[in-house]
Amino acid sequence: MKDWFAGGRVLYPLIGLGLLLMFDFFFVPNFFQFEVRDGRLFGTVIDILNQGSKVMLLAIGMTLVIATGGVDLSVGSLMAVAGAVAAVLVTRSDLPVPVVCGVALGAVLLLGAFNGVLVSLVGIQPIVATLILMVAGRGVAMLLTDGQIVTFENEALVYIGNGAFLGLPFTLTLVLAVWGGALLLTRRTALGLFIETVGDNETAARFCGVPNRLVKTGVYCFSAVCAGVAGLIAASNIKAADSSRVGEMMELDAIFAVVVGGTALTGGRFTMAGSVTGALLIQTLTTTMVSLNVSPAIIPVPKAVVIVAVCLLQSDKFRAEIGRVLGRKAMA
Amino acid sequence: MSRFVPNARLVPLMATTLVLIVLFGFASMQYPGFASARVVANLFRDNAFLGITAIGMTFVILSGGIDLSVGGVLAFSTILIATLVGGHGWHPLAAISVGLLCGTFFGAVMGFLIQRYELPPFLVTLGGMFFARGLAFVISPESVGISHPFYDKVMEIGIPVGPKARLTAIALLWIGVVFVAIFVAHWTAFGRNVYALGGNEQSARLMGLPVGPTRVGVYALNGFCSALAGAVATFYMGSGNPSMGVGLELDAIASVVIGGTLLTGGSGFVAGTLVGVLILGTIQTVILFDGRLNSWWMRIAIGVLLLGFILLQRLLGRLTAARR
Repeated sequence: MKDWFAGGRVLYPLIGLGLLLMFDFFFVPNFFQFEVRDGRLFGTVIDILNQGSKVMLLAIGMTLVIATGGVDLSVGSLMAVAGAVAAVLVTRSDLPVPVVCGVALGAVLLLGAFNGVLVSLVGIQPIVATLILMVAGRGVAMLLTDGQIVTFENEALVYIGNGAFLGLPFTLTLVLAVWGGALLLTRRTALGLFIETVGDNETAARFCGVPNRLVKTGVYCFSAVCAGVAGLIAASNIKAADSSRVGEMMELDAIFAVVVGGTALTGGRFTMAGSVTGALLIQTLTTTMVSLNVSPAIIPVPKAVVIVAVCLLQSDKFRAEIGRVLGRKAMA
Repeated sequence: MSRFVPNARLVPLMATTLVLIVLFGFASMQYPGFASARVVANLFRDNAFLGITAIGMTFVILSGGIDLSVGGVLAFSTILIATLVGGHGWHPLAAISVGLLCGTFFGAVMGFLIQRYELPPFLVTLGGMFFARGLAFVISPESVGISHPFYDKVMEIGIPVGPKARLTAIALLWIGVVFVAIFVAHWTAFGRNVYALGGNEQSARLMGLPVGPTRVGVYALNGFCSALAGAVATFYMGSGNPSMGVGLELDAIASVVIGGTLLTGGSGFVAGTLVGVLILGTIQTVILFDGRLNSWWMRIAIGVLLLGFILLQRLLGRLTAARR
């Protein structure tokens, strides 16, 4: 069963990640060192997996949205909403933590449905439709927390972002659970095919009897829930809901991860393994630069270079031109 | 007997203007001292740099593209100018010229990549945003102050429009840019090409219009506007700052959409964008006047306005389609 590997498209991001890790092996001291303390693993690689969990979650949701030919700009703001709802409920009520998390995820699910309805029923372009919540969502989150940073001490909620499960960060369990669930739904049922059909040719999909509106609404809901889980992790990490800062620019990282991972922005075929690899690539890049003492403000520059380079490599025209130049050299 | 049927293309512009009038009228009744020349003059001063980037963004969106890099380019431009003037003793005019050149060149490179290699504008300008902001931090990680006699002289310029109210130099510059942009959009070949490109690229190509140069030109123009907005921001803040203008691209896009320009391109007015920016500015002023409202209401208000205008455009699109 090579289905999850999706041909060779996961190969390029994997090679990129491999090269980066090789660089780290030689130039970053103690990069591959592991240590067991209090029954859990510590080390730079574990840090990357732990800190990359948010972008991985967002990228999994974003993959399905992009596969339908859309894009979800609101995920960063939805993270803030989920964090704010959870923090407010846990500090101001006696509800048990699972209920609190359920309410937070339910709230962002509703917002995701709002996105989905705007795109599928009203027919607004996805960039615009999700732009509304990208702007307003953070406002709602700040309204919920009254513009303050709401801190909490609740152990169960703190566990989500800081706890360990089987010696590994609990966040990793969450990523694997969401990824596994999404894989089951899209690869073991016809849903994945439906999504790809809608992204490839919506009219044809409708004529084939694919419930395209339902599929589109569904992917935005799923993306919102992924963002909600990421938001809970982000809030739990710092034991507080910081509505104005959390998830800022995260939507761009997620889109970047998906595109680097080999899913085209135009929709159609998708690969979640590629997106997760793309997310890990970004996080490894960031962690590498931090451990090489590069100023955090300059980190965006190499990120930008990678984005444009990946775009160019995926462009047929650019490949043709490069091919011509190389061919000429070979002949000379 | 014919009924008055407004041109569907004008309806969003009229709706935007109506919103501004209602908003301003409501605020004037609610808060004493709101309806004054001073508030209006400040509106033009405080929103000058957003206004100028929004003008450039209007052209990009009219052409059917999008540019996420404006905030980064603005920050780069402010810190470049501030460093050249403050650190190297350049004359401000020379420094600003260099800043404008850099911005235009940067926009042109992005336009070239988008045009030549058929890359999605969304991703290329996203890379541009990271790149420009990172470069701004490379120049200087800290804010750099500017003190130069030229700056003091420019800030003294102003047209008095009422008691304790004057249109400052940067407000006048914005108004000037708006007029030039209206002229370019409606009375030049470049402007018509932009509308044609955004309306239907295939048709524009078949008509023999210079699609490639127009697209590169649109992004170059937006780079220029962003850099100019950066220059204006140095006058407004008296300093250059690499972290200035985070999220500015969102405000600019929101102003353009609220101003009635279709995000699919080909339909809209530069004048609408001016009104859109003034609406955003008025909301901000209302929040300032009313001590009880907090800044997050601004975001929610912009979101609601965006939703309203997008739904209106959608409705109009369906109505015109039905009439055909």
